[in-house]
Amino acid sequence: MLVIHCPYCGPRPELEFRHCGQAHIARPLDPSAQTADEWGEYLYLRENPKGMHAERWRHMHGCGRFFNALRDTTTDFFVTTYKCGEPRPAVSGTAPAGGQR
Amino acid sequence: MSQNTCRTAAGGRIDRSRLVNFTFDGKAFTGHVGDTLASALLANGVHLVGRSFKYHRPRGLLAAGVEEPNALVAVVRDTARRTPNLRATQVELYEGLVAESQNRWPSLQFDVGAVNDLLSPLFPAGFYYKTFMWPRKAWHQVFEPVVREAAGLGKPPTEPDPDTYAQRFAHCDVLVVGAGPAGIAAALAASAKGASVLLCDEQPEFGGSLLDEPNAQVNDHPAAEWLKASLATLRGRANVTLLSRTTCFGYFAHNMLSLNERLTEHQATPMTGVPRERLWQVRAKEVVLATGAIERPLVFPGNDRPGVMLASAARTFLNRYGVKVGSRVVLVAGCDAAYLAAFELRAAGVKIERIADIRPAPGEAVHAAALSAGIAVSTGVTVLGTFGWLRVTGITLAHLADDGSVQDRETLDCDAVLMSGGYTPTVHLFSQSRGKLRFDEAQQVFVPGNSVERERSAGACCGTDGLRATLEEGSQAGTSAAEAAGKAGSAEGYHVQLLEGSMVGTPGVLPQPGNIPPSKAFVDFQNDVTSKDLALAMREGFESVEHIKRYTTNGMATDQGKTSNMNSLGFVSAEKGVALPKAGLTTFRMPYTPITFGIFAGYDRGDLFDPVRPTPTHAWAVANGAVFEDVGLWKRSRYFPRAGENMHAAVDRECLAVRNSVGLFDASTLGKIEVVGPDAATFLNRLYVNNFNTLAEGKCRYGILTREDGFVYDDGVIARLAEDRFHVTTTTGGAPRVLHMMEDYLQTEWPDLQVWLTSTTEQWSVIAVQGPKAREVIAPLVNGLDVSNAALPHMSMVRGMLGDIPMLLMRVSFTGELGYEINVPAGHGQRAWEMVWAAGLAYGMTPYGTETMHVLRAEKGYVIVGQETDGTVTPDDAGLGWAVAKSKPDFVGKRSLARPALVAKGRKQLVGLLTAEPKTVLEEGAQIAAVPEQPVPMKLIGHVTSSYHSAVLGRSIALALVADGRALMGQTVYIPMPGGAIAAQVVAPVFYDTEGAKLHV
Ligand SMILES: [Zn+2]
Repeated sequence: MLVIHCPYCGPRPELEFRHCGQAHIARPLDPSAQTADEWGEYLYLRENPKGMHAERWRHMHGCGRFFNALRDTTTDFFVTTYKCGEPRPAVSGTAPAGGQR
Repeated sequence: MSQNTCRTAAGGRIDRSRLVNFTFDGKAFTGHVGDTLASALLANGVHLVGRSFKYHRPRGLLAAGVEEPNALVAVVRDTARRTPNLRATQVELYEGLVAESQNRWPSLQFDVGAVNDLLSPLFPAGFYYKTFMWPRKAWHQVFEPVVREAAGLGKPPTEPDPDTYAQRFAHCDVLVVGAGPAGIAAALAASAKGASVLLCDEQPEFGGSLLDEPNAQVNDHPAAEWLKASLATLRGRANVTLLSRTTCFGYFAHNMLSLNERLTEHQATPMTGVPRERLWQVRAKEVVLATGAIERPLVFPGNDRPGVMLASAARTFLNRYGVKVGSRVVLVAGCDAAYLAAFELRAAGVKIERIADIRPAPGEAVHAAALSAGIAVSTGVTVLGTFGWLRVTGITLAHLADDGSVQDRETLDCDAVLMSGGYTPTVHLFSQSRGKLRFDEAQQVFVPGNSVERERSAGACCGTDGLRATLEEGSQAGTSAAEAAGKAGSAEGYHVQLLEGSMVGTPGVLPQPGNIPPSKAFVDFQNDVTSKDLALAMREGFESVEHIKRYTTNGMATDQGKTSNMNSLGFVSAEKGVALPKAGLTTFRMPYTPITFGIFAGYDRGDLFDPVRPTPTHAWAVANGAVFEDVGLWKRSRYFPRAGENMHAAVDRECLAVRNSVGLFDASTLGKIEVVGPDAATFLNRLYVNNFNTLAEGKCRYGILTREDGFVYDDGVIARLAEDRFHVTTTTGGAPRVLHMMEDYLQTEWPDLQVWLTSTTEQWSVIAVQGPKAREVIAPLVNGLDVSNAALPHMSMVRGMLGDIPMLLMRVSFTGELGYEINVPAGHGQRAWEMVWAAGLAYGMTPYGTETMHVLRAEKGYVIVGQETDGTVTPDDAGLGWAVAKSKPDFVGKRSLARPALVAKGRKQLVGLLTAEPKTVLEEGAQIAAVPEQPVPMKLIGHVTSSYHSAVLGRSIALALVADGRALMGQTVYIPMPGGAIAAQVVAPVFYDTEGAKLHV
């Protein structure tokens, strides 16, 4: 069971959290101005990288806040977590042994 | 007094002053306190303990510990307490223990299934796969029944488990797995400066291999004394937790390890009030794996006869339990460490017939020691076979010349054969942690390589040879672990006096004449896999070891290849002519040893299996005979049968009561969310398809929530309590996900909005009073509040008092009748309900449940999200297009609703169905066709979503989703059923009071 660092509460067990899909996909400000292709991409197209992935998580059974996380899909481990609205941190390489501490 | 004919005169760690009676397959034996079932049987001269899985060959004890593959027994306390598949080597003896062998019928000595052994050509590698491909009929009628009876390991108990199981979480700086020399040294070092340490070992007694070393001196003291002192030190440290009889069986992400502690299994009368077992879920900052090594069998013909066992097992039985495994012993050695077994047995008075070393050049020290002890040693030998059926009686040795011809064949009489192919580091947990294994060329074994988790291995489990090196490595590992956890450790040096032999051997199969793989040379004893099976699998094209494993079942099941993995790899790599690491390695799966289901269930059984959510009026419903249904965790009243009524009769009566007079319904399970803040209306406007800017204070509106993809997600009535305050209701099951969705948009898309969301589902009790007499019932209770149609019209709400209870009174209806939903604080729910109930008696008020609620709403064509919708239905599909505020510039789902596919012709639309035969009630979920007689597969145009008998209409009704359904009004469609197609007419999905006049009275 992973330990996830809520940016508001600190390290907590995975059971308290809910995964909420890929991060940094902003809802278009004027959806009706979107072409069908643009809207379809917003709705359905998601990345499936091998390696670093930015994800949304919610501390469902804690503070209830949404936040973003960088996770290495090859190791499953979190590299860092950060608040919504903050830019994706520049992180290279892979997660350290045992993941984020 | 004792028949323990094979017991030594003295020595061992058993309590010779205390006798223990037990039975094995109904026969009475005695042993001593401190014995295992295995050691006690051997003390009585019993080697035959089981039958093999596939061929039902007689099997004896191969090992003395966790790796034992043969001696699987059932221990029976009573009919409900029958634990199968226990290793006899791990069953601690207690007074009155009843054990039974497995895989045999009618008896262990005479097993009919042993005919399989003669028929073994019929059970080749891949037997199960091949059988599955035989004709289906033959499988069902012949093979499955036979295979089910003959196969499988053990039988489960037939009654529910009466024992209790505990679970607990623990945190520590350092978890040390394994309390052999490395683990104890690690725990001593790690805990010396205050780091919290948890040390666990699967055995009842700490010490591991030290318990088998009577001649070792550690720091100038006998090993046993050092062990005693070390354990006393650890026990004296408040920061140390010691867990014996505790198997670490799983290594999960972020140093979460699972431990299985067995608390009462070894007791003759299990202590009451104590759980049988406990699951520990330990989150360790750092981990030290000191899991030791397991000796490999040698693979030669007849290596599975009772009496053929690992050399290390013979040492354990002798040194720990004072048991001689034979009186005339041949040792087949593949490593130097094996020699110690011969030396110690000889010192105990056992005749060593021969040390047959498969290597041309044994280590000098052990070779010299053997010769000086007068033991004959042959080198460079192979084993051609063994003799005996229920017990080994002889062994044939030979030299093989370079051309494969046999030289120097000789047969020795013996009653035990010890074998050792070297040791395999126990890397199961390391591998489970996803650490990368590294092949050690010198030792020909896999050892821990790069770590993924914060752990390190120490001692024999990383291939370390020799007691001193093991102790020092453990000490250093403990220190580094404590330091990595932010504490300090204290590494120590050790000195050791002991004649030792290296544990390094060569995995694989002993060469045979003509280099033909021998039959009956077992690689995997538990799964009955021979080297011939492996060869066959490879001939049939299985290249990868993962495929060979599954095809032959080598290394599978409860054993997880503890004794077989490396020999299998050695054989496969030799056959392929590649280096061993190139052959690949199969995955080690958890659990390390079989685990009782009980610890996973833990406390979550019976009433504690799941929480129960009773509504505030639950006690009243129980007292009034409600039949309940589970809706999620909620207990909802389904119907209230009177004497002699079935559900159908009760529902008819309840429906008519609501239509003709008045009914009472507990709607408390509806999800409720309070949306508050200056931007509350803006927020709901952006989220729901409806317009909430135009909703006046004190008014209610039916709201529909779609997802961003345009499909209906939830619905419910939304009341505006104040300019900045809305009371949002959701479906019973949808409350959590709607709140989650609201939070998502609020937090991540529109964080600028001043809105606060609060779940109030549990805070309100909702009492629905529905029917033409509803107003007359509540009017006297509301302290003069004007509840007339003019003052409180349909879809409006008002605050007031129900007697002395504050309430939100909503004029809403899910029945199509005049209706009110009285919201009171949940703590007053039952009292409010009883007040209304008392007032309603004069009007024949009837309590009704969810079944009646469903019928009534279907008569009105009100949809239920999740029944009429399935995640692919738009508001317009469901006939709710009228609710969509198309003038709004945006709401969640609006852009998608304009997608071509969502406005295209041919979409399924909600319609009503009236069967031609009014008594016929369609099946919900049934498919609909335009033409009754069609070849299969038929062209289907829709499905039935709801279907009931309507009492007020005196006939059946149904709702359905049908392609372009609204264009089919009046036409006949067909519902194909096993008994023939049922004809039904397509009608509007409102069956009763189509103008809605009854809502506005
Ligand atoms: Zn949090």
